[in-house]
Amino acid sequence: MSELQELTAAVEKGNRKEAIRLTNLLIEAGMPPMDIVETGLVPAMSNVGEKFKNNEIFVPEMLIAARAMKEAMAIIQPLLTAAGIKPKYTAIIGTVQGDLHDIGKNLVAMMLKGANFNVIDIGTNVPPEKFVAAAKEHEAQLVGLSALLTTTMPAMKTTVEAFRTAGLNTVKIMIGGAPITQEFADEIGADGYSPDAASAVDLANKMVAA
Amino acid sequence: MPRYQKLAIVDPAELRFGIAPNPLTTRHGMTIGGGIVYPELNFTLPPMFVDKTTISKAQDHYRQIIGGALQRAVELEAPGLVVEFETLPPMTENPEWGIDIAKILLEAMEKANTQHGLKSVLRMTPNDTREMERPPAMRSGMLWEKMLETFEGSAAAGAELLSIESVGGKEVHDDALLTGDIASVIFGLCVMGTRDMRFLWSQLDKIAKQYGVHCAGDTACGFGNTAMVLAEQKMIPRVFAAVVRAISAVRTLVGYECGCVGPGKDCGYENIIMKAITGFPMAMEGKTSACAHLSPLGNIAAAACDTWSNESVQNIKLLGGMAPTVYLEQLVYDCRIMNQALGDGRDAALLYRKWLVNSDAGLDPQAFVLTPESSIAIAQSIVQAPDDYTAGKQAALTAIELLRQGHRNGLVRISEMELPWLDTMREAVEDLPADEGQFICQMMGTLETEKFCAKDYEL
Repeated sequence: MSELQELTAAVEKGNRKEAIRLTNLLIEAGMPPMDIVETGLVPAMSNVGEKFKNNEIFVPEMLIAARAMKEAMAIIQPLLTAAGIKPKYTAIIGTVQGDLHDIGKNLVAMMLKGANFNVIDIGTNVPPEKFVAAAKEHEAQLVGLSALLTTTMPAMKTTVEAFRTAGLNTVKIMIGGAPITQEFADEIGADGYSPDAASAVDLANKMVAA
Repeated sequence: MPRYQKLAIVDPAELRFGIAPNPLTTRHGMTIGGGIVYPELNFTLPPMFVDKTTISKAQDHYRQIIGGALQRAVELEAPGLVVEFETLPPMTENPEWGIDIAKILLEAMEKANTQHGLKSVLRMTPNDTREMERPPAMRSGMLWEKMLETFEGSAAAGAELLSIESVGGKEVHDDALLTGDIASVIFGLCVMGTRDMRFLWSQLDKIAKQYGVHCAGDTACGFGNTAMVLAEQKMIPRVFAAVVRAISAVRTLVGYECGCVGPGKDCGYENIIMKAITGFPMAMEGKTSACAHLSPLGNIAAAACDTWSNESVQNIKLLGGMAPTVYLEQLVYDCRIMNQALGDGRDAALLYRKWLVNSDAGLDPQAFVLTPESSIAIAQSIVQAPDDYTAGKQAALTAIELLRQGHRNGLVRISEMELPWLDTMREAVEDLPADEGQFICQMMGTLETEKFCAKDYEL
């Protein structure tokens, strides 16, 4: 097994010490930092996401892996920044106005980070204008809206409308939450709907690549 | 405030539906826990904004809901009805909106009593808006004041039962669920949660006394039910959710230490443990609340209920009629069969309870920890503990041991993937310090303390 494969395995297992050691080793060996991310860390989280989708592991195990990746990224990020390299895609994520639920939103944020999105989490009870402002500020390609209450579903519609009114038509908007359906996404003009956190990454990748 | 040091019900055979050692009689003369199980209807609006431009439309929905439900209750000769009005956030932020809707409901309920003799009682459940700020201000500020105003105004209007799904400790507990961290679960429920409950319910008790109404009960909905839903979605192990449920009882119990007299809030699946400890009547929900959320506890939840609830349903049209009316009908039929069993005597009630329990208990660890026998074991471990923190640890260890033995004896199904979690959880609990002060110091060094106002939790 190569050191890169060992790094992938260490992150998958959530072995933080090994992830740090191997990341340092690969950097010292001259491997470009972005290669470490794209060929070592992202595949690890992709495998973890796949196992989760297949009900082979639970969220706590996935989070342990995410933490190991975070430790590795803490070493790599300064090198990427110094070289002027940014993640390909930025996503803004939040729970819509009037809604305080954030477990689903946090999970999607964590999984997008694992897929090497630059994720800006703007919290809960977020008014439409704040979503728009954040998308503009961070030049986001993707926005994720979460809602758990039927009474806050209309806030998704006003948020989508705010993006269209602001002329941000290229920003893809995906939505999710217990009461949300594909039909509702179509009705309010959202670009995509994900029924669960595990599927959200696949959807996000498809949307930004389209 | 005295702690419960012994159980009101020690014999599992006495922990059954419709009968509570300390029943509650309402103004209309319903005796909850006095030998009849009553339907408890809850409802909410269809998808719509609630603001000053739509509040009259919202009121029309509530008029329609209560009118349809009361009419059906009369037609089906319901022995009585508990109506729960759980506000939406704008109705707590603007107390006059929530209070006006409570008045609409009460007026219709009084009319049904006068015209048809239908007994009913209103449970008022303002939603806990304190969490709308992050970090939440738990003991002061506009949100806190408006919430109390909603309680006070609705009690003054005639809402006889006060409840809430309080959120103290959730700032830590949500993350604890996702990380599978049992120490943080205990901190969220038995350090933060219990402190908030003591403060909150002491205030609500004053309101209840002032207006001659009752503090009914709280629920660990944001804790135990969040865990249950995450387990249903296969995000966390079911055994973990089962242990969280046992620990959550420590938090819910504080409401009764501070003056609650039941019926405990419907979504507290830990209420069977509450009934064993306090002897007060309990609301429960199960199969007939699938309209609001799924659960693996559909039948067993009824084993010791005194009111039987649908949790919540939107006011939308179904083939049979408007959804709240349809659900009222389902609840009435659920109650009829329980009341028939009660009417046929103790043995019949116990036989029906056995079917309710045994049809669920072996299939899911979350159900297994809520059998009458398990509930009394967990309740016993709680009342024997000298403080909330120790009670949380003991409840956890008892639940883990019950699951271990139940699995070993073939009484409960636990997947291979989940079995190692029993050891992991037990070791984590056993590693915790004996002393609460030491535990708090340890946890405050590891938690994201910016997520909560430590002083609001006396930390």
